[in-house]
Amino acid sequence: MDGERLTIAVTGLNATDNPGPGVAVIRALREAPGFAGRIVGLAYDTLEPGIYARDLVPDVFLLPYPSQGIEALEARLRYIHGRIPLDAVIPTLDSELPSFIALEGTLSELGIGTFLPTREQFDLRAKAGLPALGERAGILVPASRVVTDVEALYGIHREIPYPLYVKGLFYGAALACSVDEAVQAFHRVVAQWGLPVIVQTRVDGEELDVVALGDGRGGLVGALPMRKTWLTDKGKGWAGVAIRDPELEAMAVRFMAATRWRGPCELEVMRDRQDRYHLLEVNPRFPAWVYLAAGAGLNLPWATALLATGREPPPLGPHRVGTMFVRISLDQIADIADFERMATAGELGGGGRTG
Amino acid sequence: MSKPRYERPVLIRHEAGLMNKFGRVQALRPLTEIDGAAVDELVAAYGSPLFVFSERTLVERARELKEAFARRWPRVRLAWSYKTNYLGGICRIFHREGAFAEVVSDFEYDKALGLGVPPDHIHWNGPYKTDAALTRALAGGAIVHLDHFDELAAAERIAERLDLRPSVALRISLSVEGVPEWSRFGFHLESGQARDAVARLVAGNRLELVGLHCHLGTFIADVRAYGEQARKLARLANEIRERHGVRLGFIDIGGGFASHNTLKEQYLPGTQATPPFSRYAEAVIEGLCELTCPAREQPLLVLETGRALVDDAGTLIATVHANKRLPDGRRGVVLDAGVNVLFTAFWYRHDVVPCQETHGTPEPTVLFGPLCMNIDVIRDSLLLPPLQVGDRIALRNCGAYNVTQWMQFITYRPAVVLVGDGGRHALLRRCETLDDVVGPEQTPPWL
Amino acid sequence: MGATDKLKDLALSESGFVFDPYTGSTFSANDTGRKILDGLRRGLDRDAIAAELRQGWDGVPDDLGRDIDDFVLLLRRQHLLPPDFSL
Repeated sequence: MDGERLTIAVTGLNATDNPGPGVAVIRALREAPGFAGRIVGLAYDTLEPGIYARDLVPDVFLLPYPSQGIEALEARLRYIHGRIPLDAVIPTLDSELPSFIALEGTLSELGIGTFLPTREQFDLRAKAGLPALGERAGILVPASRVVTDVEALYGIHREIPYPLYVKGLFYGAALACSVDEAVQAFHRVVAQWGLPVIVQTRVDGEELDVVALGDGRGGLVGALPMRKTWLTDKGKGWAGVAIRDPELEAMAVRFMAATRWRGPCELEVMRDRQDRYHLLEVNPRFPAWVYLAAGAGLNLPWATALLATGREPPPLGPHRVGTMFVRISLDQIADIADFERMATAGELGGGGRTG
Repeated sequence: MSKPRYERPVLIRHEAGLMNKFGRVQALRPLTEIDGAAVDELVAAYGSPLFVFSERTLVERARELKEAFARRWPRVRLAWSYKTNYLGGICRIFHREGAFAEVVSDFEYDKALGLGVPPDHIHWNGPYKTDAALTRALAGGAIVHLDHFDELAAAERIAERLDLRPSVALRISLSVEGVPEWSRFGFHLESGQARDAVARLVAGNRLELVGLHCHLGTFIADVRAYGEQARKLARLANEIRERHGVRLGFIDIGGGFASHNTLKEQYLPGTQATPPFSRYAEAVIEGLCELTCPAREQPLLVLETGRALVDDAGTLIATVHANKRLPDGRRGVVLDAGVNVLFTAFWYRHDVVPCQETHGTPEPTVLFGPLCMNIDVIRDSLLLPPLQVGDRIALRNCGAYNVTQWMQFITYRPAVVLVGDGGRHALLRRCETLDDVVGPEQTPPWL
Repeated sequence: MGATDKLKDLALSESGFVFDPYTGSTFSANDTGRKILDGLRRGLDRDAIAAELRQGWDGVPDDLGRDIDDFVLLLRRQHLLPPDFSL
């Protein structure tokens, strides 16, 4: 069967011990039976490991950091599109999404498709706004407070008992068992991600996760629930298993209906000892473990690529319950000449060939 | 064959997290003109450093704000926040757009009167109004926002003395999640103080309560905070109506909307993080919808937006005086403008754009001002292409607070110009001279 | 080891990419920087390096010596030249 000859750009090649989702998205795309195109990797740093996975990502370009503003990103994307005409781009990092959302119209005029939430939806699920969203969607959300001043932490235990989580606006979460730890975590989070900081009640129980794709009209294209079976010391899932959990899938449906979410997202959920489901966080992009979805027969990255290019994805699911992922670290061998190309030219590959 | 153009030699070490040559400076076109006025021409005419205001941006921002709210609420008033920028020419533009004045001192009140603003078009805020000031304001018919019980009592005494029944508003402080509470101003809502103040004012029967005012804070980019503020004010207004039969003429939500600047502790630049006025308006109106009064009695909505209107319109042009290599390898650039004129450099990462074509590899650069003080740093690290002595740079979004909070320290404060239609330009304030500075000085007779 | 011996062992490519085999550090130099590195490796003195820059580029400033000294300072700071080296 001839596949779709699409050229898809994917960000988030930072496959470190706290990995970005890019490599997983690329592997999912490459394995889609319908895909026969070209993958372009987009990176922010010369040492992002995914850059050197040359079999997966033959063409890579550096992008300006999100903090450099939209004009810089637009100029760079225009350049890349001139080198390799792109059909779609799938951004996978929280901090870059506001710029890609802002550029959606420009990219569309250039013929580059995206399938992203609106800025309103993006803000709605922000950690600071989660309680309000939970109320609207009929989903339990742990009590949380937005904190802009370290002073507020000294009385926080009256509302949120220790231990509690101190979270950054985009990334980063630290468990604090005392005021001292909370203050320390506050400063660490602010130094990296700025204000405000979110303080959230810790809910004990079993960590569950859903990767989902919304159609932007209130419907769910597909969702894969997963239970983390192994956590790293940083609390990241290192192994997990696809499960069947009607409650969790219903939560994804309610979330889509309440937000009319467009594009991928990850719902981080805790099931407490009374079997209640608490929505801890909504990430507005694919999780790093999204390859499990492809492995379980629910290729959401491919469906996203099709939707981004104005195509209707084939009906998805049901997924294969019991499919597992077990992550592995391995050391790639890289040529210093490739590093040199990235450091000096900011790109690798980029030739005229296709396929 | 022609030779390549010379670039200053650089060597940049590759470090994780810093290995990205694609920054905004490379993508930016130089800022060679502002609304049709060439930067070179402006500097030749008025000197450097130079504040340049765009009339077009001022008008556009004011109309954008007004329209965003007027589309959603029947009656909206802008009261121009004088402290943000009280240059006469700037104030005139806002008054021409229909704005009242919002003042916080005797000086600002005089300034507004001097610009021809009638007293009943002036909202008077702030915690410090002397008896003399209060007398003038109440006698003149200004809209006084009372800040504390002593002021309430003083206003009553003055009203009695003048045999007047002046219209006043109460400033309310309230708590909204995620916003540091400015509880030192006004009557506190959650503690019940605001209700006490209303009851006291009504019982005193000397003043007419016509409005509620609340200013949440500064540079608030979370629109939900305004939704919460408006909701709380609306509920208080409902309560006042039910309990005392008082029909309020206005609800004033103060200012504090974020401009397109970037705070130092902000990750994303302001161009991405700052919500448009329409989103503030949506949130505020959603909150005001809790008002239970009949539609025809709905209060006027007063906005005291300052920063978000004027910040984007102001640009500071500075000239490179020297280049130096710092011991840590970064490049230092000494400019003719420092924190003495760009006070806001203490809390913003001001956007920097060269005003001429640049050539060469961007390097980590520190921008210093001309003062002999270590704190005189305009930007502490950013990537900039090589700048030559005499080159100009533009610091954007400098319109708010700088030309009111600037310091006269060891040198003169620079000129401020307005660029209008078709690139025409004129002074808003000339550069200071020795006479301006020493004029008020007196010599004790024994010296 | 002579003052500029370490420079001779650097891997210096056309693109301005510099690899220090002793420390594993890498750098980027622009074209004029590469020219100065190259001159130092060949043992040229300040005047000879300046002459080569003037020959190869347009718009070279009068106080070119200052740019060269500044570049040498960067090399010293990166331990590619001994701390007491000066041209």
